[in-house]
Amino acid sequence: MSRLSIITQNKAQTTVEELYKDLERRIVASPPGLCPVDLAVSFLKVCHAQTCGKCVPCRVGLGQLQCLMEDVLEGNATLETIDLIEKTARGIYYSADCAIGYEAANMVLKSINGFREDFEEHVLRGRCTCELNQPVPCVALCPAGVDIPGYVALVAEGRYADAVSLIRKDNPMPSVCALICEHPCEARCRRNMIDDAINIRGLKRYAVDHAGDVPLPAPAPKTGKRVAVIGGGPGGISAAYYLALMGHEVTIFEQRKQLGGMLRYGIPNYRLPRTVLDKEIETLLSIGVKVETEVTIGENPNIVDIRNQFHAVYIAIGAHIDKKIGIEGEDADGVISAVELLRSIGDNEVPDFTGKDIVVIGGGNVAMDVARSAVRLGADRVRIVYRRRIPDMTAMPEEVQGAIAEGCEVMELMAPTHIEKDEDGKVAALWAQPQIIGEVRGGRPTPKAADAPKVRLECDTVMVAIGQGIESKSFEAYGIPVKRGVIEALSWSGIKDIPGVFAGGDCVTGPATVIRAIAAGKVAAANIDEYLGYNHKITTDVEIPKIRLDDRPACGRVNMKERDAAERKDDFELIECGMTHEEACQESKRCLRCDHFGFGVFKGGRIDKW
Amino acid sequence: MVKLTIDHQVVEVPEGTTILDAAASAGIPVPTLCYLKEINEIGACRVCVVEIEGKEKLVTSCNNVVEEGMTVYTNSPKVRETRKTNVKLILSQHEGNCPTCVRSGNCNLQKISNDLGILEVPYETQLPHSKSTKDFPLYRNYKKCIKCMRCIQICDKVQGLGIWDLANTGSRTTVDVSGNRKLEASDCALCGQCITHCPVGALRERDDTDIVFDALADPDKITVVQIAPAVRAAWGESLGLKREFATVKRLVSALRRMGFDYIFDTNFSADLTIMEEGSEFLKRLGNKEKETFPMFTSCCPGWVRFAKSQFPDMVDQLSSAKSPQQMFGAMAKSYYADLLGVDPEKIFSVSIMPCLAKKHECALPNMNDAGAGQDVDVVLTTREVDRLIRAEHIVAANLEEEEFDMPLGVGSGAGVIFGATGGVMEAALRSAYYLVTKTNPDPDAFKEVRGMDGWKEATFDLAGTPLKVAVASGLGNTRKLLRALQKGKVQYDFVEIMACPGGCSGGGGQPIKDGEELAGVRADNLYGLDKVSDLRFSHENPSVQKCYECYLQRPLSHRSHELLHTDHHAWKMPGEQ
Repeated sequence: MSRLSIITQNKAQTTVEELYKDLERRIVASPPGLCPVDLAVSFLKVCHAQTCGKCVPCRVGLGQLQCLMEDVLEGNATLETIDLIEKTARGIYYSADCAIGYEAANMVLKSINGFREDFEEHVLRGRCTCELNQPVPCVALCPAGVDIPGYVALVAEGRYADAVSLIRKDNPMPSVCALICEHPCEARCRRNMIDDAINIRGLKRYAVDHAGDVPLPAPAPKTGKRVAVIGGGPGGISAAYYLALMGHEVTIFEQRKQLGGMLRYGIPNYRLPRTVLDKEIETLLSIGVKVETEVTIGENPNIVDIRNQFHAVYIAIGAHIDKKIGIEGEDADGVISAVELLRSIGDNEVPDFTGKDIVVIGGGNVAMDVARSAVRLGADRVRIVYRRRIPDMTAMPEEVQGAIAEGCEVMELMAPTHIEKDEDGKVAALWAQPQIIGEVRGGRPTPKAADAPKVRLECDTVMVAIGQGIESKSFEAYGIPVKRGVIEALSWSGIKDIPGVFAGGDCVTGPATVIRAIAAGKVAAANIDEYLGYNHKITTDVEIPKIRLDDRPACGRVNMKERDAAERKDDFELIECGMTHEEACQESKRCLRCDHFGFGVFKGGRIDKW
Repeated sequence: MVKLTIDHQVVEVPEGTTILDAAASAGIPVPTLCYLKEINEIGACRVCVVEIEGKEKLVTSCNNVVEEGMTVYTNSPKVRETRKTNVKLILSQHEGNCPTCVRSGNCNLQKISNDLGILEVPYETQLPHSKSTKDFPLYRNYKKCIKCMRCIQICDKVQGLGIWDLANTGSRTTVDVSGNRKLEASDCALCGQCITHCPVGALRERDDTDIVFDALADPDKITVVQIAPAVRAAWGESLGLKREFATVKRLVSALRRMGFDYIFDTNFSADLTIMEEGSEFLKRLGNKEKETFPMFTSCCPGWVRFAKSQFPDMVDQLSSAKSPQQMFGAMAKSYYADLLGVDPEKIFSVSIMPCLAKKHECALPNMNDAGAGQDVDVVLTTREVDRLIRAEHIVAANLEEEEFDMPLGVGSGAGVIFGATGGVMEAALRSAYYLVTKTNPDPDAFKEVRGMDGWKEATFDLAGTPLKVAVASGLGNTRKLLRALQKGKVQYDFVEIMACPGGCSGGGGQPIKDGEELAGVRADNLYGLDKVSDLRFSHENPSVQKCYECYLQRPLSHRSHELLHTDHHAWKMPGEQ
């Protein structure tokens, strides 16, 4: 007999641990469109299995809630049942002894608040309001609806040019997206159920890197219709490309010296080399798009002039003005707006930061971009000040890690209070109030001032990267509806009561991602074509490889590698390394082909044309 | 060509062949349940799974193609056990009350289960709670549905109406009316193709046989029955009769044994339809500037429902002529009641149709022009009449041929071909030619419009005037044709539309043979009957001639209009403005 013993897990426990991981991955891979009531009752069953059995509300109550919710699903309930579920859940929430009980009840309360109408639909009509409209998770989650299983299969067959052609059907900028897409497609990849999501963006990169020059399809016969696209960013270029492909005559009006929008004036060369961007734009324009640079659509010419000269107009001006932080000393010499800095770099006006001590304010991708650019421009020290914690940053985790690897220091939980100037009016320091992370509001923990004195961060330059706004005023003045700074457009890109004027991208949604801008351009192109009285179909003759019947045993995901931090931090060359042939072969064959296996073979597995 | 081994046999098949077809070519039938060639190749039931050497997972043979050097086992121990498990799982969620099922003996699930020797199901029976409405002509039994998705696919891919869809998700996934609608509130055309493509008894027509038995038993009722053209080509199939034996005259004999008082032929009123519709068409042609063309046939009530719900702007282009069924009903309770000298209220009018939509049509509020209740009291499908014959213990194989009653039992070959796609058009052209030129054309002069193509067109010379006609069958084809018309891509003078692919011979009320499309074979039968008929022209039907002479006076007369024409706006489809 021993007083204490080392606890070791038995086989059952280790297996359960494994099952937990399986379940976690499975939840990640949940397809969109499932019945929320059905899911809620399934979760409740898991919660109930966790109960220790001591207390009444949790031991009995969670089970009774399940029965009531099953009644709803089985058509044995009335509207009063929903009230009873709510009342019971409230009782459990108030009286359960520990979180196993009250948080389970809270999930039920959230469900009723969040989708009561779905509960009611089940009660009243014995049906669910949900439908599985798009069964292939990656395609469903790609805003542009790119045929991902199709091009992944093409990569597996070594048909890289075909892969590029197939991508271009829905997204004309595969080279750009191969490098900087935020790949929402990977989020719910069904492969998660086995091991991990497919590295879709990496495979796209392999395809574009190895495809050579892929010719564009021939445009449709000329329609004689003229369309103006205001803004030469990814959204405007995409709309222009598809409209030109449909046979319309398109002119892009661009405010700056060059096309590309945020791709050029927001994203540094080390993430998206200019050579790649220039080539992609050049290819797309070669279909016959006219471009007028350094033309601002504001007073003269204004949107009404443009509308009068063209049969239709697409406004895709993006979100290019910087937001002010609004603290004392912001006017100091040495305070730089991140947007302006990246814009100058975009036009090759590169500042020299040799010996500078820089503080960057912000936690988004732009903050990382300017911090990492500053390192490359010779800065002595770069600190990133953010008022929340690192995991709360909106920047992609790999961007944050990259910045740290390149020597940037991240100071989390620091809220800037003012900028101290020296006698010459130059930045001397940034003062910040240390924060403590607090209450969760709207699903996100919010910081509040900690009981600690302000800190003085001595520096000579402050870069503000706290978001962008939209130059919508000159459009509003001419009757384009604007709400809270963004242009109000409908889901099909049209503008209410103004026929022939369309808008989309960042200027409608606020700053978002390149793929959303591209998707908006695609939607606008389709609806402008329709508005002009046509129904051109965008399609491709690429034949999708047939299915391989191989088993798909668990296999790790190939992640992208980066150049060594010590080497890359001194230049602006591309950081990310492409996959090797061996890696691309293995990774592409991991795809489960949800277009064929599962629901995809029945409905919506492939949209051949739009 | 791809070479592979299936069950130790070397098989060579073209690239792209499914494993299922490759096995079949080697004389190895792999059982299938949800599979419907080119329509439902989704591998949902997992019954057709096979083992491929070297692979852990089984694959469905219906929708995966052969690979060079593949070794396939269609009956390995793993396959056998898995297939059996899957069928048992299907049975656990299927109301297996075979004795009370219309598809008993003609059910793919029953056959597979029997073939596999499944004697018990080790799982709990789980049946859904959804309930069907019983009074709509189309009836879904949710408890029998095995979610094979064929009904969804046939309605989407062939008929283009999308009435059925998946409802709910997860374990409660089932098939129901799309968009959370009720069937009776949907734009279902009632073509019944979902029924004829259901592998089990989850879909059927509303059974009206009891009403007929009651009428036959009622001594105060005079039962009059009409047999539609396409019924004669199919009624014997499910009774095990050979096609050449199952003549309409033997069906007459069966009906007479059941106790029907008068047995007539819808061909008579098909000929009447030609007189009315043909005359209407010529009248419209004579007024070309004011009329909108094409004129559409109106004898298919599934098509009328479709037109009203999908293309309401074109409803005025439908011929105002009633369908042959309704013309017959109106004549039975007026002209024929007069001939018999009885009160039309005493007549109970039954029709035997290859069709579901006719059940809806006969109950329309304006289909009572003879003034004695519904002109047609009840419609039985071919399948129901077969059930009547079986219920009456009539040994079909012993039936002798008997003649129709007179005078409404006379029909022409032109009337017979109403049952096949293109037949109405051909019959109409034969008589239109006569009406214009006063001479008969060669009866086969218009045979270009025959055949199983979904959309046919032809141009004929009508006494110097070129006449452009088109024929479509199947509502998917119909939609294509109508869209092309709307867009001005095609122009026609006269268009025949039938809701069911192949026309009435492929009707939704016809006998079911799983996995086989019999419209073509049945149509051949009808054209054969036309060919050997003494009467090839509707206008030469002596009973029709007599009927005009004594009663209707002439086509499009006032009385014709009262009895034989209708206003398609007099009733509304769900959601119709």
